[in-house]
Amino acid sequence: MSALLSVTDAHVAYGKVEAVRSVSLEVGTNEIVTIVGANGAGKTTLLSAIMGILPLKGRVVFAGQDLARLDIEDRVAMGLGLVPEHRELFVTMNVEDNLELGAFRIERSKARASMERVYTLFPRLKERRKQLAGTLSGGEQQMLAMGRALMGEPKLLMLDEPSLGLAPIIVADIFRIVAELRAAGVSVLLVEQNAQAALKIADQAYVMELGEFVLSGKASDIAANERVAASYLGFQHEGESVI
Amino acid sequence: MNTTIMLFLVQDGITNGAIYALLGLALVLVFAVTRVILIPQGEFVTYGALTYASLAAGQMPGTAKLALALGIGAFAFDLFVARKALHGRLVVRSFITNIVLPSIVLAMTVYFAAQKPPVAICIALSLVIVAMIGLYLYRIAFQPLAHTSVLVLLIASVGVHLALQGLGLLFFGAEGQRGPAVLSGAFTAGALRFTGQSITVYAITVAFIVGLWLFFGLTLYGKALRATAVNRLGARLAGIRTTLSGQIAFLLASVIGALSGIMIVPITTLYYDSGFLIGLKGFVAAIIGGLVSYPLTAVAALVVGIVEAFSSFYASNYKEVIVFMLLIPVLLLRSLAAPAVEEEKD
Repeated sequence: MSALLSVTDAHVAYGKVEAVRSVSLEVGTNEIVTIVGANGAGKTTLLSAIMGILPLKGRVVFAGQDLARLDIEDRVAMGLGLVPEHRELFVTMNVEDNLELGAFRIERSKARASMERVYTLFPRLKERRKQLAGTLSGGEQQMLAMGRALMGEPKLLMLDEPSLGLAPIIVADIFRIVAELRAAGVSVLLVEQNAQAALKIADQAYVMELGEFVLSGKASDIAANERVAASYLGFQHEGESVI
Repeated sequence: MNTTIMLFLVQDGITNGAIYALLGLALVLVFAVTRVILIPQGEFVTYGALTYASLAAGQMPGTAKLALALGIGAFAFDLFVARKALHGRLVVRSFITNIVLPSIVLAMTVYFAAQKPPVAICIALSLVIVAMIGLYLYRIAFQPLAHTSVLVLLIASVGVHLALQGLGLLFFGAEGQRGPAVLSGAFTAGALRFTGQSITVYAITVAFIVGLWLFFGLTLYGKALRATAVNRLGARLAGIRTTLSGQIAFLLASVIGALSGIMIVPITTLYYDSGFLIGLKGFVAAIIGGLVSYPLTAVAALVVGIVEAFSSFYASNYKEVIVFMLLIPVLLLRSLAAPAVEEEKD
């Protein structure tokens, strides 16, 4: 089976500094894949490059098509969505307008239905639909950013640190919704510092350190890995024997 | 001074101010969406006005040929950019918008210019010609620079202004022209006399402002333009092309410029280089609005118009100086109130 997204030997550089080195990854259909790693490991850089915001050396194939010549807007049209770390909302416009613009490339009749789906997923947004995006709380802004990306009917949604700076109860909510997305047929590539929560919902996982993947495998195996547990999960697994 | 004179001056100021308001709004729009400070806005005014006046006088305006020449340039740019991934649909679409369209308009212009067409046809042709010039200029001069800094865009903008002004001299000569009034007739209310032309100016300005407001508030493309202005990266992630927003912004700006010109040219004699000063007054209003606020820009434009009217009555030698001095306190206040912030993302 060919993967929905496959990245082969990707390098991303800021000038002469290589932030991402020789990285390869795959995301299958209906799969949640997470990249965990410390701050500055190059996770955000990698997502930006896959989206076309930064130039990438290497090969990125999405839904069977090489993305090399395509710009951001073409990638969006193909069904690749990114919710960036800073959310990049239209802060002076209201929630509904933000969502409507998320469906800019979608037929109007379909956009209506998409909006209803997003409102079902995030009832909070429906309550606030006439409120300006800039006046929402952090959690609501994150929901809006995810909602706006979902309006474009992506096949693969890339989430960059969705839990950053949010209260634990909202984080739980966001992760619950990420899991629901998989059930609705959207694949997710999730970048997180909150490794514990990310590994819990993910199918596959990659561990990134200083621009390179140092570990990869099933999320449950990665979560059970001692080194990961010690560096990213902040605790030792019970019952694990120290060899 | 007596009340009648004062009323006259205010009336005169509002008529001019309405035009500055339109130009100021166009400048704010173009800057917000593309970060281009549109110096050639004034040339859109002169091109619109003089194309209209030439057509009405039964002369062939050179602008129609310029539109075709720029269209050919834009087509070449499209082909060059897409050279590695050329596909039929793209070529056909670019050919139609950049070559077929201006060719048809050129043919119509040649046909109508020979027979002194009615005012409505002159207006329509002038608007279409200048709109195309605006659109192709964006494609040729600004779209390739879209990722550069505000300063680079400003330099390009000055270059386009100088080029268009030179071409204006070539097309229209050094003599000034006047065009026929859009609406003749007049009525008096008390001491004031309202000409059909000034009523036209008010009506069109108000209609345009309301139209823009509806466009930005209700339509998907209007909202997309606002979104690009608010957050360029966010807009791109939503699939909104910055080039599309830029094209719409330039199209609106050139139509607004040309329309302003057509409204002024029956009142004032315009020369090939008059547009620059008119555009600058719109710019003063836009600066007072901080290049972001539409309502503030519109109000400031009326103030600029009224100040200009009064200073031309009391100290006509200094009228431009006085108008541009309005900027100094505003800039001072702004520099004190807020630290300079320049968005230089993506």
